[in-house]
Amino acid sequence: MVSLLKSVINNVLRKPETRCYPVERRAPFAGSRGHVEMDPSTCTFCGVCARKCPANALTVSKDPRSWTLEPYKCIVCGYCADICPKKSISMNPNHGLPGGI
Amino acid sequence: MPGSKSIIPFGPQHPVFPEPLQLRLVLEDEKVVEALPAIGYVHRGIEKLAEKKEYTQNIFLVERICGICSFMHALAYCQGIEMLMDVTVPDRARYLRVIWSELHRLHSHLLWLGLLADSFGFESLFMQSWRSREAVMDIMEATAGGRVIISTCIIGGVRRDISEELMAEVLKTVDVLERDLEIIRPVVFDDYSVKQRLVGTGRITSEQAYDLGSVGPVARACGIARDFRETGYAAYKEIKVTPVTETGGDAYARARVRIREMYQSIDIVRQAVRDIPAGDIAVPARGNPEGEVISRVEQPRGEVIYYIKGDGTKNLERLRVRTPTFANMAPLLTMLPGCELANVPVIVLSIDPCISCTER
Ligand code: SF4
Ligand code: SF4
Repeated sequence: MVSLLKSVINNVLRKPETRCYPVERRAPFAGSRGHVEMDPSTCTFCGVCARKCPANALTVSKDPRSWTLEPYKCIVCGYCADICPKKSISMNPNHGLPGGI
Repeated sequence: MPGSKSIIPFGPQHPVFPEPLQLRLVLEDEKVVEALPAIGYVHRGIEKLAEKKEYTQNIFLVERICGICSFMHALAYCQGIEMLMDVTVPDRARYLRVIWSELHRLHSHLLWLGLLADSFGFESLFMQSWRSREAVMDIMEATAGGRVIISTCIIGGVRRDISEELMAEVLKTVDVLERDLEIIRPVVFDDYSVKQRLVGTGRITSEQAYDLGSVGPVARACGIARDFRETGYAAYKEIKVTPVTETGGDAYARARVRIREMYQSIDIVRQAVRDIPAGDIAVPARGNPEGEVISRVEQPRGEVIYYIKGDGTKNLERLRVRTPTFANMAPLLTMLPGCELANVPVIVLSIDPCISCTER
């Protein structure tokens, strides 16, 4: 009974564990793999990332120069960022927002 | 009419199942006399796909076999390829692998505890254990970049290092977890209602467990002291693991094993953080795997077996995975006959089924 009372009081006084998303958002952790970002100023359109991407989410062509990421195929593994010889790809820690927010 | 049999389909969609599995229960009144499983609802053809991808890309594929013990799948796969290619993993990487493995075990067992509590209607325990689990998810995201599928294991080591500050955070997380477990443990171990539902439910004998090839906590709850971490892969050579065993063989014993294993994991994480040597985290692996190998790792649900056959090209010839839940299916079907229909969810959840693993 005493321990029950303790729990009740604790629960009344404690802040909720949940967050009122999307009004209140937790800042992403520094190393989080949120989404892929490519810097077109350094990219040579060599196509290594497209060949190595395990989910076939990237399409790169040299002529005409294009680099396309299919966000619904991407599994956010970060392998392209590791493998790019020019280090043009980086992982932005911010997660993409769900549709409509 | 008393004595007549009826068949009740349990699943594929059932509130207690996190994943689709069908058990056709042959009932005599309320008593189960036979259980016939039907699997295949989440078969994704991963083994076939692995033959089409490069062996380096497969790491990300095998991680997706299971959403709970993903790191250990990658670990088993990478260890297999490393054996084929004669790669020696740096010491620091071996310790980092242990830290992430044990964090995975912790969150897997907490997830299981919530699901088991849910199966007998103890919703507040379900909420509390999942709340504690969030701490592990957060530290995983902070150290590895992902909550569950952390993609840090690569052939030759790991992709990320854990800095000093983050190591301190890891220790803080396991301290918080230990504190939470101190509250959760007496509830599972001693609570009258919980014991009413768990003690004696789904009991199998040690001989049955052995003969049917059960693995992991299901085997250890029958007193079979078998834990693959004892063989000393990764840094388990230096960090000694003694299998946690119970003798009851019922759902209660399995729950006790897993709760005690969480304490063990917390200890292992502390030891690993304390003893981790400085140095490289990966060595380059050149060439292609050739030959065949069997690689085994202890997952939260038991031992996983990877059979890898390479032919010297960048594509594998064959990848075969025997997951722990698959091994525990036969014991499950032995536990069910004779139980009441109301106990079926508890028994099924007591083996901690992972259907995605089973079907790949
Ligand atoms: S690998 Fe790097 S440089 Fe090459 S196409 Fe991809 S982003 Fe550009
Ligand atoms: S993060 Fe992974 S899946 Fe996404 S584009 Fe890069 S390599 Fe492909």
